[in-house]
Amino acid sequence: MEFLESVFILPFLDIADSPVFFLEVVIGGVLSGVMYSLVALGFVLIFKASGVFNFAQGAMVLFSALTLVGLMEQGVPVFLAIILTTALMVVLAILIEHMMLRHLVNQEGIILFMATIGLNFILEGVGQIAWGSDVKKLDIGLPDTSFEYGDMLFNTLDLSAALIAAVMVTVLALFFQYTGTGRALRAVADDHQAALSVGIPLKTIWIIVWSVAGIVALVAGILWGTKAGVQFSLVLIALKALPVLILGGFTSVPGAIIGGLIIGVGEKVVEVYWGPAFGGAIEGWFAYMLALAFLMFRPQGLFGEKIIERV
Amino acid sequence: MFYREAGQFKTNYRSDQAIFPIIQDRWFIALVLAVAFIVIPMFANEYWFQAVLIPLFIYAIAAIGLNILTGYAGQVSLGTGAFMAIGAYATYKLCTAFPDLNILIIFVVSGVFSAGVGIVFGIPSLRIKGFYLAVATLAAQFFILWLFNKVGWFYNNNPSGTITAPPRELFGIMITGPEAKAMTRYYVCLIFLSVMALAAKNLVRGRIGRSWMAIRDMDIAAEIIGIEPLKTKLMAFAISSFYCGVAGALFIFCWLGSAETEAFDIFLSFQILFMIIIGGLGSIMGSILGAAFITLLPIFLTNVPPMIGIPIATDLSKHIEEIIFGVLIVFFLIVEPHGLARLWQIAKEKLRQWPFPY
Repeated sequence: MEFLESVFILPFLDIADSPVFFLEVVIGGVLSGVMYSLVALGFVLIFKASGVFNFAQGAMVLFSALTLVGLMEQGVPVFLAIILTTALMVVLAILIEHMMLRHLVNQEGIILFMATIGLNFILEGVGQIAWGSDVKKLDIGLPDTSFEYGDMLFNTLDLSAALIAAVMVTVLALFFQYTGTGRALRAVADDHQAALSVGIPLKTIWIIVWSVAGIVALVAGILWGTKAGVQFSLVLIALKALPVLILGGFTSVPGAIIGGLIIGVGEKVVEVYWGPAFGGAIEGWFAYMLALAFLMFRPQGLFGEKIIERV
Repeated sequence: MFYREAGQFKTNYRSDQAIFPIIQDRWFIALVLAVAFIVIPMFANEYWFQAVLIPLFIYAIAAIGLNILTGYAGQVSLGTGAFMAIGAYATYKLCTAFPDLNILIIFVVSGVFSAGVGIVFGIPSLRIKGFYLAVATLAAQFFILWLFNKVGWFYNNNPSGTITAPPRELFGIMITGPEAKAMTRYYVCLIFLSVMALAAKNLVRGRIGRSWMAIRDMDIAAEIIGIEPLKTKLMAFAISSFYCGVAGALFIFCWLGSAETEAFDIFLSFQILFMIIIGGLGSIMGSILGAAFITLLPIFLTNVPPMIGIPIATDLSKHIEEIIFGVLIVFFLIVEPHGLARLWQIAKEKLRQWPFPY
């Protein structure tokens, strides 16, 4: 009875009690949701264009952030370091295409998925050998202060993160919608063979997509790194991105964004209000359970393409 | 020359359906078992038992379990660690609740518990597959470990939050707990592995295994020829989890002695997954080879470079190990998607013709 009360009644009383605090929790959730969205976005880009479920996205976030921090520690100015890291991510994309994807054409999705798990380990290892495995502080000059607006407390870093993410998504959307390359990317996503037959170079497209995913990873890495320090646990956000994708649908860019926001907000709200009833730390599995429940009713996600296949 | 089936005539159906139809194979298996049961205990020391052989056998059991699910039935699972945890915690609870019960029975019953939970988390597989299913099993992974961490009942509310193997004996010999000798625990694990590997081998070449493979290769076609997806998939989940559960029980009781939930985290699940990828999806032999490979590689990397005069720092060798894992996984997927088991098979084919290749 007490348990039921703490699940069904008390949280709502708490919310009604202090709407400002609730709003703060929600905003906190939105901001961490933006981060999830950024990682999920990298997944979606690659999945759309090559049908590869890129498990290494988290490792790419770690790798790019480590490289950036490493370069800055060597005394390279921020701006140059970012450009160098971007270049490195492009080189990485080319290497991945040459050494891995090219040889795995026509393999089943699950084989490719496992190959990216391998890639994940390579990137983790190389990144940590090259730049060390300590927790590092990343500071590229984003302001990090708090201010009050109305009754609520805001953090400028979180706000700029949200802003950067929004700009990123807009740029990507425009790129996909209005440039020739973007159109080619969408064509490849729709049908590999048809795209090939009208003369779209598949290999180049893959390199572009992996480069873009690398750059998205860099942005995510910068934001996470500034917030929580560059450390090994960045890899784990790849796992968090999975439920986001399930929710949003594997092939939808807006889905990734909205899925990320839902998971981010849901996690925070549930942890703050329902956490005590379950003994806390339910953040760890809530996202997966939500995704699992969601899968039961809408396997293709909120915005995903409907897979017409019955078992 | 010495490995070919020429001259071995089968005169009845029994010998035609034998598990190892060629006499050389039977000799080979007998030899391996003899080495494992007699020769190794004569020479191995504590370090070899504790650091190499016991974990190898336990991982091999878990890998067979996952291979049944992923390799044979085609359902990807990232929740192996959680199912192992269920086996371990169930053993602990049963052991402390019924101190007089035979420990072997407890191991098996814990496997059954694990199978039950496996069925529950296998239900989504009826509607979803592939990556989506992987996420569903991730839910199992995180939820179950959280549960074991949060609910004190599972670890008898002891303040450290760990479960410790209580001393239990079988036929007057200590097999768990701090006083159990490494060699005894080695034998327990070896016997479990031998029996379970044999059972798995027979399962997968029989009716059940064939229905798993049919579901894996094309579920719609399988359903049309009369294989029930519901029953088949859930059975794969149940049996796979049973294996993982027993492996988890041995993991704590015959190897580590005591552990927290962290021992069963997502990285354990990945490790087992790598074993079956490198060993070979859809092969019992491959599971064992893969387990051996993944267990021996780190030991090789930590011991060999200093021996030949190249000192490598511990954290560096850990990262190198990661890279080698990664490279090997990609390499195997590109060159030989069927893993070590396939290489083994090719070697046997070559051997059949050697030294007269015509």
